[in-house]
Parts: sequence; structure tokens; C-alpha cells
Amino acid sequence: MQTTSHNFKQNARDALTDVQLQKALSKMRPGFQQKRADAVAKLPEFEDLRDRGRDIKNHVLENLDFYLERFESNVIANGGQVHWCRNSEEARQTIMEICRSVDAKTVTKGKSMVAEEIGLNEYLEEHGVEPIETDLGEYIIQLRDEPPSHIIAPAIHVNKEQVVEAFRKKHTDLPPDRPLEEVGDITDEARTQLRPKFFAADVGITGANFLIAETGQTVIVTNEGNGDLTQTLGKAHVVVASLEKIVPTLEDASCILRLLARSATGQEFSVYTTFSSGPRRETDLDGPASFHVVLIDNGRSAMLGTEYQDMLRCIRCSACMNHCPVYAAVGGHAYGWVYPGPMGAVLTPSLIGIDEAGHLPNASTFCGRCEQVCPMRIPLPKMMRHYRAKEFTENKTTSQVRAGLGLWSYFAKRPWLYRQSTKLGAVLLHALGGKRGRIAKLPLASGWTSVRDMPAPEGRTFQQLYKMSGHGKKGDAR
Amino acid sequence: MSEAREQILAGIRKSLGRGKLEGAAAEAVEARLKGHERILVPKRSDGDQAHKIGLFVEMAEGVSCTVDRLESLESVPERLADYLRRENLPARIKQSPALEDTVIPWDKAPALEITSGAAVNEDAVGLTPAHAGIAETGTLMLHSSAETPTSLHFVPDTHVVLLRESQIVGAYEDAWDMLRQKLGLEPGASVPRTVNLVTGPSRTGDVEQIIQLGAHGPRRLHIMLVKD
Repeated sequence: MQTTSHNFKQNARDALTDVQLQKALSKMRPGFQQKRADAVAKLPEFEDLRDRGRDIKNHVLENLDFYLERFESNVIANGGQVHWCRNSEEARQTIMEICRSVDAKTVTKGKSMVAEEIGLNEYLEEHGVEPIETDLGEYIIQLRDEPPSHIIAPAIHVNKEQVVEAFRKKHTDLPPDRPLEEVGDITDEARTQLRPKFFAADVGITGANFLIAETGQTVIVTNEGNGDLTQTLGKAHVVVASLEKIVPTLEDASCILRLLARSATGQEFSVYTTFSSGPRRETDLDGPASFHVVLIDNGRSAMLGTEYQDMLRCIRCSACMNHCPVYAAVGGHAYGWVYPGPMGAVLTPSLIGIDEAGHLPNASTFCGRCEQVCPMRIPLPKMMRHYRAKEFTENKTTSQVRAGLGLWSYFAKRPWLYRQSTKLGAVLLHALGGKRGRIAKLPLASGWTSVRDMPAPEGRTFQQLYKMSGHGKKGDAR
Repeated sequence: MSEAREQILAGIRKSLGRGKLEGAAAEAVEARLKGHERILVPKRSDGDQAHKIGLFVEMAEGVSCTVDRLESLESVPERLADYLRRENLPARIKQSPALEDTVIPWDKAPALEITSGAAVNEDAVGLTPAHAGIAETGTLMLHSSAETPTSLHFVPDTHVVLLRESQIVGAYEDAWDMLRQKLGLEPGASVPRTVNLVTGPSRTGDVEQIIQLGAHGPRRLHIMLVKD
């Protein structure tokens, strides 16, 4: 997929003034957060499950080669094939070869972020195969010819009226004056349009939430049922998966599944969790005649053993972006590649490099909510900080930022000077705030004060107040 | 084996700073795989069978399933006919061939037209057995076989599931154990092509996060829960 991550600042500026986008984002904020909180409250074991989920994935990553080989041998034992691919190009070619082997004209697709990562749709189209997205959100953005903006709700940036507009424009075989105002009408129309395509498709491509080493099964978690129609009705079932999706056993998968839906949509469990292994058996009445797992590295094996290894625990639930104030303000497209929000701010530079995606780890207030809600307890802010430090030591930060940091560190390294100057600063800012206690203009901070007033300090520094409160005395262990 | 495969595996080992797992390290991982140890099972489904059945029904209804509780298989035809009439659905049913062996007195509802096989697009109502009902989230476990085609779980607008009370278990892990037992599975041996965990009818929230039932799969999931 083409990236515009290097252009994050401009992307974000555009996003903030995009009326349609802001309208759509305003609808998103309360829903996901409240639903997750409700689901978590109903399961007393949730926090313990997070610890256990983290431990499972850490164990897998430490033994990844073993589990991948075991997974492969079990897929083969079930009659399927595993195709190892180092990069996007190898993966695209492999999938195209499978399509050619069954003389494919059309391909139905379940939602897959790694398929976006390798730019699969464009490649298939260029080679004469028509990819049909079947998840409603993915279908909408395919009609609108744009990439997803969220990893589980790909069309979250689109308002209902825009969906209606896209349907009216593209579904030209239907009467132009048909009613299409209710969400039910839209869903029904997509259902009717796509149903025959499931039956006609030569190949069904899905992603995978898990790969189970013990059984050679691949797992998809969905709500619509499109993934299941995709993988049941096509002649061949192709699973596209990155290699960190492995878990050892069905018991491990059960544990992490208890975290996934609750963290993602706030459901107790998603509607369809489907375990697939191999092609249809000899006596089966339906199912695909062949089964292929396209196993993609694309930079992940190089993350092992580094300070970014923990990122490979990610189960793509989207809780981090659903709770991120930056994502909520600018949406997913501003991030410029496949993975937005806090997980994207760490994964994107890891996979496509800091030169292209260096802005993303800076797109955070470090409020810490992402880590607070991450079911796999991934220390996202810590890893973003690593990237900022790396950017600094590699001299990739702007001269303005470097000058500011230099000035700050001059004071920070001289405690007496620091205390005196902050005392002075607090008094001055207090005076500047006047009776209202708010400051409307500040030198060098017009970017901040042009749209809001800064609350003025009360006249004392944090250190002074801390001392006065009686904390921090000798003998106080805290 | 392919060059890519060897390179990826070598890359992983290099990153982890070790060679291929051998000796005690490999045995430990092998033992973990074979142990099938349960990680952490929530307590909510702990209790006797009556508790599990009650929880299953409550959770299933909570995700928009309808549950009809029956004293015996005897009453399946009439109650199913009632349901279809109430919902204004056609009286034509495609059932899993597995149910041909189940003694259901279909002659009690002569208006029902019953055929067996995999689903085609014209099938409006599918009737299937289930492997288990899982109480913790009101989830059904269904799997493919020569007598239970997967398409019946997804193609018809209405999915009717026949479940016995004794098939209800507490947790997902219980259902997996039951499946291993039923199929005599050894770890790594052939599992069914497809195992479906189904929790309610198909839904989507992709347009402005408004939940809409009946996205691509069944619009209705009706569970006929039969006493043993």
C-alpha cells in the first residue's frame, strides 16, 4: 500500500478541517469506550486474563520458529499448504499463482489488514482478477475507492449519507428512487448485491486472527458472516496471515478470545469465531477444494529481540485507537498507512522505517490510555518514546525541537537554576493571567493560544506545593 | 523446502539469539503443547447443569437469539411450524443429513416440506444439530462433517438449531474437550474442516456503529432446546 505517513502533519491539519470526517469521528468516541467498559465490568477475571494473554504471546514469540514449523506440519497433515513469504511482493505473487491455478475471475475477500499491508487488491486487479470486499465496511470503502481508516471498523470515517451516495452511484442496476435512508435498507442492499458473488467466486481470501500450532487451524473472528461465506463457497480458500498470529493450543486461543471481542467492540463474544483446517474432506458436502496459508514475515522477524518485540503481541482489537485522543481528532487516514492509532504509531515505523513514519511516534500526548486498555499489555507509550529517542540520536528531529530540548536540558541539569527560573515563571504567568486566571497570548506559543486560552498557574511551582503538602520529607518511603 | 522458509526461520533464530530448539527446551515446549492446560476459565459458568442451562439461555437471548424449550423431540414439528408461521417464514426447510437419523415425527406437521443436504441460495430456513452449547457466552459450537455441511450455518436467512440440554457445557474449553472425545482426536490428528462458534444472528455496525442484524449470515438464530 502507498504510504503518506511522512506527510502526517499536513494530513492531520487537513483532517481537522474536514467537516464530514469530524462529524463521523464525533459519533465514534462514546460508543466503543462505553461498550468496552461495560463488557469488562461484567467479567471479574478480565485483568487476570490480560496477564495470561500477555504471557501466552511472550512464550510464543520466544519459541516462534518451533510453533511455526509445528503449525505448518499440521496444515499439511490436514491436506493444506503453507507458503512462506518474506515480503509483500512474494506474498502477492503467491496468491496470484493460486488464483491462476483455479483460473480465477473473481475473488471474494473477508476483512484482512495484512492483505492491505501487501497491497493485494491493486495487484489482483492489475493481473486481471477482480477482488470483491465483502465485509460491509470494506465494501463501502472499496466502492469509494479509499483505504480503511480503522482496523476493525474500516469505514468509520464515512457518514451514512456518503454511504447512500456511493450505493446510488455504483448500484446502477437498481431503481434510482428506491428508499435507502435506513441503515437496514443499506445493509439489505449490500447483502443482495454480494450474495450471488459469494457463490460465483473462484477463490475466497480471508485473514486470520490466530493460527493454532497444535491443530493447524486458522481462525477468523467476525460478526457479519461474510468471512464464512467467503471461505465456504469459493473453490479455494486462501488465508493471509502474518507469522506472529500463532498460538500453541485451543486452550490458549480460548483465553485470548475472551479478551478480543470485549476489548474491540465490547461484545462478550463476536458472532462468528471460525476454525478452519485444510480443504473439504472427501465426504464433506461443501467447502473449498484446496486450502492455502500464505504466511508473511514482512519485517516482523527482525522485530524479535529488539525493544519493539512486545508489539508482536498485538491482536488487532483496536482498543488503543478507540481510546486515543489523537486518533479521535484526526481519524485513521492521517497516519498514512495501514495501521493507525497508537499501535500504528509503533508498528508502522517498525515495518516501513523511521524515515517514512518518524512523525507517528510523535503523534501522542503520552496520556497512557492506550496501554491502560491494551488487552495484551503492550507498553505503547514506552515504545513510542524509544522511537523519539532514536529519532533524536540519529539527528532526525527538527532544529527547532533540538534547540528547545537543548534549552530545557540546560536548566534541568542545574537544579538551583531550574527552581529559581520556574519560580519566576510561575509568578510571572500568574500575573499575566490577571483576574480571569487565563492567558490569551504567549510568545512562541501562538499555535496553542490561537484557539484556546491557557489556564494561568496559581503562582507557586509544583515543587513548592509538594514541599508545602508535607510529602517528600525524609523518612517518607514513597 | 523453500528458500523463503529457511530464511525466515533462520532470521527468527538469529533475532532470538539461539539456534533451533533442542533437548530440554524443545521438550518443554512439546510438553506444553500436549498438556492442553487451561489458562484461566471464568467462574461465571461454574455450577450444576441447571445453572449452565439457565446461563446459556440468558446469554443467547442477550445476543438476539430466540430460544424455545421443549420437553421432547416429539413436539419439534409442531413448535417449528408455529415458529415459522409466527415469523411469517416459508414452511420449506433444508436440514442437515445428520438429522435424518434423529427420530422426529415430522408427520405431525404435514405442512412442513423437508429436504436434506448442503445449502443453496434459495434455502430460506436451515435446520441443523449442534455439537455443544457453551454457557459462558450463549455460544453454539457446530462443525462440518459428511452429514453436517457448513453452508447451512450461513446461507439460509433463518438458522434453526436443535440442541439437547445435556449438550450444554460451561466454557469453550469444555466444548473442545467434548469434541476431542467425540472424534477420538489426538493432538495434531485431523480435525473437522470447519468448526464454527456462533453467538447470535449475523450483525454489523459498519454504518455509523448502528447495530443492524442480518448482515450476510442468518437474520434469525432460533434454538430449539430439548430436554433429554
